[in-house]
Amino acid sequence: MKAKHQRLILALAALVALIGAGLLAASALKDEAAYFYAPNDVKTKGVEPGKAIRLGGMVVKNSLKRAPDGVTIHFNVSDGKATVPATFSGIAPDLFKEGSGVVAEGSFDAKGTFIATNLLAKHDERYMPRELEGMNYNETTHEMKAER
Amino acid sequence: MIAETGLAALWLAAALALLQLILAFAGLKGGKPELLAAVRPAAVAQGVLTAIAFALLVTLFLRSDMSVLLVVTNSHSMKPWLYKFAGAWGNHEGSMLLWVTVMGMAGAAVALFERALRRDTHMATLGGQAAISLGFYAFLLFSSNPFARIDPAPADGQGLNPLLQDPGLAFHPPTLYLGYVGLSVAFSFAIGALLTRQVDAAFARAMRPWVLAAWVLLTLGITAGSYWAYYELGWGGWWFWDPVENASLMPWLAATALLHSVTVLATRDALRAWTIMLAVVAFSMSMVGTFLVRSGILTSVHAFAVDPTRGSFILALLALYIGGALALFGWRIGSVREGAPFELVSRETMLVVNNLLLTVILGLVLIGTLYPLMTEAFGHKVSVGAPYFDRIAGPIALALMVAMAAGPLTRWRKDRARLVGKRLLIPAAIALIVAISLSVFALGRIGILPFLGLVIALSVGVASLAPLWKRNLRRTPLFTYGMVIAHLGCAVSLAGMACDSAFTVEKLVAARPGDTIQTAGWTLHFRKIAPLAGDNWTALQADIDVSRGGGSVLIHPQSRFFASPPTTTSEAALLTRWNGQLYVVLGEEVEGGRWQLRVWWKPFVTLIWLGGVMIALGGAMALVGRERRGWLMKWRARKATEVAA
Repeated sequence: MKAKHQRLILALAALVALIGAGLLAASALKDEAAYFYAPNDVKTKGVEPGKAIRLGGMVVKNSLKRAPDGVTIHFNVSDGKATVPATFSGIAPDLFKEGSGVVAEGSFDAKGTFIATNLLAKHDERYMPRELEGMNYNETTHEMKAER
Repeated sequence: MIAETGLAALWLAAALALLQLILAFAGLKGGKPELLAAVRPAAVAQGVLTAIAFALLVTLFLRSDMSVLLVVTNSHSMKPWLYKFAGAWGNHEGSMLLWVTVMGMAGAAVALFERALRRDTHMATLGGQAAISLGFYAFLLFSSNPFARIDPAPADGQGLNPLLQDPGLAFHPPTLYLGYVGLSVAFSFAIGALLTRQVDAAFARAMRPWVLAAWVLLTLGITAGSYWAYYELGWGGWWFWDPVENASLMPWLAATALLHSVTVLATRDALRAWTIMLAVVAFSMSMVGTFLVRSGILTSVHAFAVDPTRGSFILALLALYIGGALALFGWRIGSVREGAPFELVSRETMLVVNNLLLTVILGLVLIGTLYPLMTEAFGHKVSVGAPYFDRIAGPIALALMVAMAAGPLTRWRKDRARLVGKRLLIPAAIALIVAISLSVFALGRIGILPFLGLVIALSVGVASLAPLWKRNLRRTPLFTYGMVIAHLGCAVSLAGMACDSAFTVEKLVAARPGDTIQTAGWTLHFRKIAPLAGDNWTALQADIDVSRGGGSVLIHPQSRFFASPPTTTSEAALLTRWNGQLYVVLGEEVEGGRWQLRVWWKPFVTLIWLGGVMIALGGAMALVGRERRGWLMKWRARKATEVAA
């Protein structure tokens, strides 16, 4: 009886741990699912300043400007429907360029500029940020077709 | 001829695996010892044949034989020989051949060196190993033939991904695979034990060294991979929660749990069903990881090629083996007698807590890794990144560390909570002191996780030495030292992680040659930038004099350009000091003749990998210690019978 009793306590503890872990995962995943924004999502849903998100889209042609400090860049990110200004300080990945896809991690400041802390560009020709699959940039019209 | 011989060796090995499977099960079923006698030679021959096939593939790469498709797509005659050699497994087919080779050699090792296991279980285990090998031979031969020819042969190859052109390629994948695939032995042991219904302490003692060996190699492989990513990618990070990293972490978590539960089974004959389950889960995680990586359904640096037929092939193998093993488990486990009971406050319970927490982390990492696939099935693309994993794995890993401090200080069978608490007084006091001093000196500057990490690392580090307290150090067994060092390694590694995220100083500048940069007590004097040519690359290299008070050292961050395939990589310059690493990356040229430089001072970051090596070393000491004790006991028993006679 006593052994059974203890087994029960252990089983209960295990159950509590599993439920707790499940809840933790569910809440973390919910945040994560609300983590990725395209410029149009920003326009329609709105993102509060300071909230850590991922912003994905194409770097608009002729929008890339380098600040005098040499390490800060300003550029616009577009998904074809809306455009968002963004800023990044650091060494941009080699394949970060105008007209190609980018996923930027960071948050918006009070003025609506996206402050990127990290840029995920395709780091070889075969890699594409997952959320950007199926998006194409039209070189002549500077428009982006989203097939999402 | 070399390619054809290699292919023939593989077919022969596959045929032997089929023979081994039939012989083992027909022999066991019909009780025919003459059939069983051929099982071990078949396993050994397979090991030899796969090793030959692998050596032949390496030869083809070293010779740059451009009539072989795999060499054409992944090599280049101008490549340095080390990358021709290691490039043999830096691609899909070659890495699968490495997988099969490790599996074949592990089977051969079980046939040759396993002495403690009961004979029928040994035979059933070898049958199980043959069964899983067969699936991977089929995968290699039908969908990933590494020896396929190309006609006409092109003049030269396409080269190897420059990110892989690093000495790390020669060490990381083979070590990782030895551990990853070595877990197949534990899986086969579980199958064997279920078939012969031998799930007891003797079985656990036989299985333990195999689990330990695979775990040690897996630990080393992951540690090496982390360091490689750290210096090669130039992002200053050491773990990215990339699906492929998760694919190696998940088997490690399962194997770590298994390592502890198999000890409970060996020592106290408890946790029988659970241990068998973990043995099945550990290798299943290796196979799930392979599926994720090789199918190309997840984008990653490691996804060499995307081929849906391969994905479905591995998925079928996965379903067959994992489903089969679980079905066997469900069918047979009812007839395994219940193990020995234990008290609530006991080492056994602590190890159950260890297993529970490790399994929870494993489950959450698995969910996070598979979640993008599940949502994509509903037409919704989501990527799960570091914020999720940090948030879930961080707190549970810290709880696990606390349990790790208490576990070795709790007695087997039965202990009293008050006494365990008393043994933990000193570590608890240290935790308090560290917490207070950190609050005073660094409050508001460091996050909650690094704060807890530092507190727990220091107190658990001391607690992990406590099992040696008041013991005769010369008579303490080697495996106890092994445990102490492995646990201390966990604390050391945690300390490194916490220091890196709490105290790293980063500086980003655009500097002209001649400029001086000051950061974190270091002075960097940017002398010049000059072009440089290597075997198969050209580079721009900066010369930077760095000093901290005393004499200066010249370091050389580079930006390398590879022509085949055309890629630019950044080679960070690292300067290691006892209390940290200076990490300098050269960026691009900007207007005004300035160059971007990114400088990190990372205090105690090297502890992360030192800890990893200590964990592996501890495992190796436990392995040697247990084996030596086994030999000594056998030797003494023989002496005793000789004397009696």
